[in-house]
Amino acid sequence: MSEKDSSAAYWKANVRLIAWSLVIWALVSFGFGILLRPVLSGISVGGTDLGFWFAQQGSILVFLVLIFFYAWRMNKLDAEHGVGEE
Amino acid sequence: MDQFIINLIFVGASFALYIGIAVWARAGSTSEFYAAGRGVHPITNGMATGADWMSAASFISMAGLIAFVGYDNSTFLMGWTGGYVLLALLLAPYLRKFGKFTVSEFIGDRYYSKTARLVAVICLIVASTTYVIGQMTGVGVAFGRFLEVDNTTGLIIGALVVFAYAVFGGMKGVTYTQVAQYIVLILAYTIPAIFISLQLTGNPIPGLGLFGEHTASGEPLLAKLDQIVTDLGFKEYTAHHSNTLNMVLFTLSLMIGTAGLPHVIMRFFTVPRVSDARWSAGWTLVFIALLYLTAPAVGAMARLNITDLMWPEGTESQAVSVEQIQTDPEYQWMLTWQKTGLLGWEDKNDDGRIQYYNDASEEMQARAEEEGWVGNELTNFNRDILVLANPEIANLPAWVIGLVAAGGLAAALSTAAGLLLAISSAVSHDLIKGHFVPGISEKGELLSARIAMALAIVVASYLGLNPPGFAAQTVALAFGLAAASIFPALMMGIFWKKINNSGAVAGMLAGLVVTLVYIFLHKGWFFIPDTNQFSDADPLLGPIKSTSFGAIGAAVNFLVAYIVASMTKETPQEIKDLVESVRVPKGAGDASAGH
Repeated sequence: MSEKDSSAAYWKANVRLIAWSLVIWALVSFGFGILLRPVLSGISVGGTDLGFWFAQQGSILVFLVLIFFYAWRMNKLDAEHGVGEE
Repeated sequence: MDQFIINLIFVGASFALYIGIAVWARAGSTSEFYAAGRGVHPITNGMATGADWMSAASFISMAGLIAFVGYDNSTFLMGWTGGYVLLALLLAPYLRKFGKFTVSEFIGDRYYSKTARLVAVICLIVASTTYVIGQMTGVGVAFGRFLEVDNTTGLIIGALVVFAYAVFGGMKGVTYTQVAQYIVLILAYTIPAIFISLQLTGNPIPGLGLFGEHTASGEPLLAKLDQIVTDLGFKEYTAHHSNTLNMVLFTLSLMIGTAGLPHVIMRFFTVPRVSDARWSAGWTLVFIALLYLTAPAVGAMARLNITDLMWPEGTESQAVSVEQIQTDPEYQWMLTWQKTGLLGWEDKNDDGRIQYYNDASEEMQARAEEEGWVGNELTNFNRDILVLANPEIANLPAWVIGLVAAGGLAAALSTAAGLLLAISSAVSHDLIKGHFVPGISEKGELLSARIAMALAIVVASYLGLNPPGFAAQTVALAFGLAAASIFPALMMGIFWKKINNSGAVAGMLAGLVVTLVYIFLHKGWFFIPDTNQFSDADPLLGPIKSTSFGAIGAAVNFLVAYIVASMTKETPQEIKDLVESVRVPKGAGDASAGH
């Protein structure tokens, strides 16, 4: 693969990864934490429901996992496509 | 030992530490002043960014806003953490690859336009100055309590300290100082929370205690809280009461704004490599999450404790007596905070007791009539005092109270200093050197940076005396402004080659102006009180409050940029190549200050 094709494929893979990550990002916060809370109201957590937990704890924990997963995955992509810093 | 002396020791010792570090790492050259060389490890950088980020809004104000509203204010928690996902995925690695020092330099180069850079600088200054106003409100509360003076005096003294502190060193001094500040502020936030969580639930982790069992009643803590607040006519704590659309837009504004704030983004220019910029965002969120996962527990538990203190024999029985407030050491905090003018009570019906309840609730009006109450008697409880008063409310040891005083000051100072640095670099580096006087000497540039700092703090302190809201609410406005102006220009610059100079300039201006006007219509023109035409209780556009408008401003920005770019001249090839190169980490060198 030429360098140009390689960076195009790299960018495409990156954009796909970003899109999926943002779907999860929106799902746990705007979804579970706010809009879908009534749907989750049957699942009780410590005196309240799962949506409340997502709004005050769960979404933050998922955000953390997302960022570290993305960093790990991108470092691998950098190497696979030969576009890393070294 | 007197509590005042203990506070003085804690605050004094922590300040001595910060100043010591600042002197040890004093900035020499201009490039050190802005970006501290490039030797900052992602974990160190994460802590420093955490301290920079967690300001008076997060530390002093946020838990109080959650405590008195409940679930609906979870927006602050999701908004101020979720933005880091956007930052890590959409901006940080590319801006680091680009390799300059400031956000406006990126915009100027990417949009091959001095006008674009100028507009970006103006957007940064508007958002940062609004942010500093919120900080000054928090500084006033913290210094007022600590020095046991009224709020205004506290604010003026605080402003002088912030200024002296920010002038002392550039970011190099600030980076290591901020690591120390992070440690002080996170201990100050979590230690009292752990104590209180143990007292109420037996669980040492506040975030778990929040969903645990209230030991005294054997019920889940949140169920108990729901019950006692509804007993007093307040809204159920865990339920959803506010408008859903406004909640979503507000959360989104805070998230986008996080990824558009210069003093946070600047931090990601200072890591050694592109991959470090990705990790750095993660580490920053780890250190921030320690506070954000604790904050909702602090809020809920404080609300429970306050209600217990006001109704020591239960909400169905007699309220606390005036005599008890004045003599019982457990109520000493109320007397201390009364001095700041931020807490007040009045025995309206002269029954020797202070009834705290929601006098707007119909059910409570029936009970009030029966018992001879004539209105809520806890007449003033400023939300911004809750976190600082929390250890005293829970009757914790004196050293914990001293630690919290030191932490509150650290939070307010560190962010105010970081913002002043961003404002001063925007003025001296981008406006004066980059636009008006390109030939200015290094000395002249440093001098103009300091003059800009002084002006910013004077304006912010003046407006901070009559703030447009509690600290966190004012800060939320700043996020709305950053969301509407900076973030879309940065994101489109990386992800969309088609956006050209005219598109970006039109987009930023449209986003900034429409958001600023919407905020001024509701909060007063230039935040001057009583010049507003609408109020957030009854906003211009249906349920959309001025604090939530940033998300709409961002949408306007994207749309205008798209339309204008498609009608004007295409982006030149060398800019397309620049965008290509920003997208891959390969070849990232050190950043350079000039052109």
